[in-house]
Amino acid sequence: MQEILAKLESMRAGARLGGGQRRIDSQHAKGKLIARERIELLLDEGSFEEWDMFVEHRCSDFGMQSQKIPGDGVVTGHGTINGRPVFVFSQDFTVFGGSLSEAHAEKICKIMDQAIKVGAPVIGLNDSGGARIQEGVASLGGYADVFLRNVLASGCVPQISLIMGPCAGGAVYSPAMTDFIFMVQDSSYMFVTGPDVLKTVTHEVVTAEELGGALTHSTKSGVADLAFDNDVEALLQVRRFFDFLPLNAGEKPPVRPCSDPVNRYDYSLDTLVPSNPNKPYDMKELITKVVDEGDFFELKPNHAGNIITGFGRLNGSTVGIIANQPMVLAGCLDIDSSIKAARFVRYCDCFSIPLVTFVDVPGFLPGTDQEYNGIIKHGAKLLFAYAEATVPKVTVITRKAYGGAYDVMSSKHLRGDVNFAWPSAEIAVMGPKGAVEIIFRQDAGDKAKLEAKTEEYRQKFANPFVAGSRGFIDDVIYPSSTRKRVCRALAMLANKQLKNPPKKHDNIPL
Amino acid sequence: MFSKILIANRGEIACRIIKTARRMDIKSVAVYSEADAAALHVELADERVFIGPPPSAQSYLIADRIIEACKKTGAEAVHPGYGFLSEKAPFCEALKAAGIAFIGPDVPAIAAMGDKIESKKLAKSAGVNTVPGYLGVIADDDEAVTIAREVGYPVMIKASAGGGGKGMRIARNDAQVREGFKSAKNEARSSFADDRVFIEKYIEEPRHIEIQVLADSYGNTVYLGERECSIQRRHQKVIEEAPSPFLDSKTRRAMGEQAVALAKAVNYQSAGTVEFIVDAQRNFYFLEMNTRLQVEHPVTEMITGVDLVELMIRVAAGEKLPFTQDDVRLRGWSMEARIYAEDPTRNFLPSTGRVTRYRPPVESQFVRVDTGVYEGGEISMFYDPMVAKLITRGIDRETAIGHMQEALDAFQIRGVGNNISFLSAVMKKERFLSGHLSTNFIAEEFPDGFAGVELEAGTSDRLTAVVAFVHDRIAERNRVLSGQLPGYQPARQNFWMVRTNRENTPVFVDETDHGADVRVGGQVFSLITSWVIGDLLWVGTVEGRKMVVQIDVRGDGYRLLHGGADILCQVLTPRAAELADLMPVRVPPDRSRLLLSPMPGLLVHLAVKVGQEVKVGEELAVVEAMKMENILRAERDGVIAKVNAEAGSSLAVDQVILEFE
Repeated sequence: MQEILAKLESMRAGARLGGGQRRIDSQHAKGKLIARERIELLLDEGSFEEWDMFVEHRCSDFGMQSQKIPGDGVVTGHGTINGRPVFVFSQDFTVFGGSLSEAHAEKICKIMDQAIKVGAPVIGLNDSGGARIQEGVASLGGYADVFLRNVLASGCVPQISLIMGPCAGGAVYSPAMTDFIFMVQDSSYMFVTGPDVLKTVTHEVVTAEELGGALTHSTKSGVADLAFDNDVEALLQVRRFFDFLPLNAGEKPPVRPCSDPVNRYDYSLDTLVPSNPNKPYDMKELITKVVDEGDFFELKPNHAGNIITGFGRLNGSTVGIIANQPMVLAGCLDIDSSIKAARFVRYCDCFSIPLVTFVDVPGFLPGTDQEYNGIIKHGAKLLFAYAEATVPKVTVITRKAYGGAYDVMSSKHLRGDVNFAWPSAEIAVMGPKGAVEIIFRQDAGDKAKLEAKTEEYRQKFANPFVAGSRGFIDDVIYPSSTRKRVCRALAMLANKQLKNPPKKHDNIPL
Repeated sequence: MFSKILIANRGEIACRIIKTARRMDIKSVAVYSEADAAALHVELADERVFIGPPPSAQSYLIADRIIEACKKTGAEAVHPGYGFLSEKAPFCEALKAAGIAFIGPDVPAIAAMGDKIESKKLAKSAGVNTVPGYLGVIADDDEAVTIAREVGYPVMIKASAGGGGKGMRIARNDAQVREGFKSAKNEARSSFADDRVFIEKYIEEPRHIEIQVLADSYGNTVYLGERECSIQRRHQKVIEEAPSPFLDSKTRRAMGEQAVALAKAVNYQSAGTVEFIVDAQRNFYFLEMNTRLQVEHPVTEMITGVDLVELMIRVAAGEKLPFTQDDVRLRGWSMEARIYAEDPTRNFLPSTGRVTRYRPPVESQFVRVDTGVYEGGEISMFYDPMVAKLITRGIDRETAIGHMQEALDAFQIRGVGNNISFLSAVMKKERFLSGHLSTNFIAEEFPDGFAGVELEAGTSDRLTAVVAFVHDRIAERNRVLSGQLPGYQPARQNFWMVRTNRENTPVFVDETDHGADVRVGGQVFSLITSWVIGDLLWVGTVEGRKMVVQIDVRGDGYRLLHGGADILCQVLTPRAAELADLMPVRVPPDRSRLLLSPMPGLLVHLAVKVGQEVKVGEELAVVEAMKMENILRAERDGVIAKVNAEAGSSLAVDQVILEFE
């Protein structure tokens, strides 16, 4: 017994050293933490229970039989974040460059299967050179096994990926299928084909950072939800982020005590919308002044900035916030913003997170670029997402709600539960000028008449009352009372029951 | 007494006058430009009249519009405030012709004092000390140089119609006279529509001390002590106080009596201010007389107990002064700090935009706030960037400064830049505390500009204790969340590392009934507070000493504002702090090759072309904002690689104007 215990301790000590001190130091020198340090920061102190510490690979080719390191390049297990359970895998770059072997993949699959069974989220910390080439197709099979679990877990439990090193080739498709991807600046990259292959095949010269760094993915491609300065920052922020999410699809979003009064008025909101309808304003000010304690966790802030998505809390309970941003592209919907918001809406609907939508949208962005790239199909994604969502939906129209974009943005017609409008709201087919140019096309030369008609149209439609008279909005509210009214609406909707017709699954226009 | 008056002004002064009018049961009428439709003074007044587009030359400066507004509303008198039409004789004449009273002096007094050259001649003949100089109109820069040489360097070039520091230049040699003459003339023309300038001796180590006078139309004239306004930046007053820490009663009386003599010489009535420059030997020279209410009048009100606006109104309505010189007593000390929307770390460039948060300190018998904006209001580019005046009072100078420091700590402004940190920094300067002031104070004490405040160790530790307490409360709250595994709530954590600029300070937080005992390093600080999560202001005592800290909780840490310091910090577990030490320092991208617009404004002039070689200090471009022309100069030698904006285009803050090779 004593002997076995001694052996256990020495095996554990060995496993904890991973690829050895030299590799640990080299990881640190690159500004990266090692796999276990990352877990330590991510989880509550002392809560991590490691599984499969002694798993080794089974490869005997290319001399691999003599190179075995317990754990085989990934640390897996479960623990808690603020007392709530979570499963974690953390790839260990010090062990075979974090490369994925069959055994490595099995470890990941094991915790994912368990997570689905018990209804707890999965967080993956990715830092891997790719497939274990020595294992060949066994490694590929391992990837596919993980992919399958990602898909099966999708919509059951939240899945978060944190890219903290290389993630290239097929490996990218595991994070790609999770709910959220966070990256670390300067030390992480993701791409399907790397710079070397690009250079050989297409003669395109590009650095790994430019091709798939955190900046690229958090701005251009929109693959990453956020980019963090470093490992510590990333892990602490994921802890904060985790507190917004429910554990699984069957649970309500988490609630924590809140000392911010639900009936807090903010009078500065009464002057948020400028009197000139063509002047932008910052929608984020509205969001931070409405949510509890001004705490808003924004996702993809630097990608498709014309729509804002993120989590906040109202009366202590998580809400998903979607808002048009007049500061960027006048708040128009375009391909990127539609995709960004659609995915966010669907995420919230999966996990019973109520949707709060702030609308100031002048329409869809016109242009050949948009049409050729399929704005029809991509815009439809957002429309589809809002329409199918059965969670509580509260909408506030702050200014423009024009045309088809009005319909899309959580309108009453798409089963919006409570739809408010600020006094500055204009719910119409289009802006007065454009409308008059069409209605009075025959008077195109008569400037005076057009101006008079524009004014008439403005008087008639540039207000919330026409929509109000049809019941398309439930009430016109003072901007300063927005928090109070939205909180109240959500409280009323807490027990909302709504089911879509039974089906195998829907066919969202992908 | 009038039953209705119109206030021909905007901002804090309009609001302040409306308040007194309301107390006197007089109805008030506000006027407003397009940019001010939602301004505070418009909201406060009983009636409001729209007078034109945003530029003041098309609204607040048009006498006819004001008179029209009076007629429309039946206002019997006009209070002009300061600036705008307050010292325009033709305006007073026009009012008179329309049968409307002007709450201020008579036309001849304004005319005589409004011209700096005329006023000096008058002062001289009234027996008032004056500064050596040439008071005639100067034709061109050659003549300016000749005169400057006669007076002797250094000299000051000033706009005849000037005020508020606009159109003023110091010159120490012929070249500077030429440059200053031209720019003072230009600025005078655009600010006052009058480009006459004059030259006088420039006094070194000068103090700016002014006497408040008050006169009725029955020949009674009194002086209400002095105000010292030596703390100036670019000749713009920033901090004022009453009394002056420099004057003895003999000098005070001599200055007061000369001021009264001058007022009497022009048959002055209403409130006015005689400005003096005082040298190190307490010699004083007349500078100018301002025939209006001064911005800094509240400090006089605080130590005399007089409401100057009320008395101006009463005098204008034909009443007698209710007291004589013998009744005037100066009690205690008062400080005023001007709150500007400007960025002190960027050479005080004006800042405009929406005020997303505006919470001035609570008013009390020690603290007064004259404010012209509100949360959600807009600081427009068309007017003076002063948003408020913070005035405190105490039994002595030290107490008044103490109240000021605390009130500044509590003054919250977000959305636009502001000078509160700078004001706090001044309030803590040893030299300021000792009262050793001069108009060169800011230039001498902040020779490299203002780069923020470094807190002394004691304050820094107390601040560390406060943020540790705040974080501890938040962490403690966050420990409670629905969905926790029963029995696995995380353990209470109360040992933290406060991390600022990559430095960790260990703290231990021990909760008590009304706060916490926080150990910072070897010392325990006892905190008592009623702060709750979500409060933007931490108010409490630390070791029995009151402390006010602005705390912005950000997702990734805290921003603390206290004592002029603006600190970003994190509170981490010891393990997280240890690992954070392993993280590399991220280097921000190099922008030294770029010339960025320091503020939103108009690119008036571009002095260079692509390929041109420039030397350090050479003019590159001129950006105009808030009516001020700001010359952007090369910070080092280089060659222009690219020009990204052309003259006449409007610029956003940080917009790239030029690129160097």
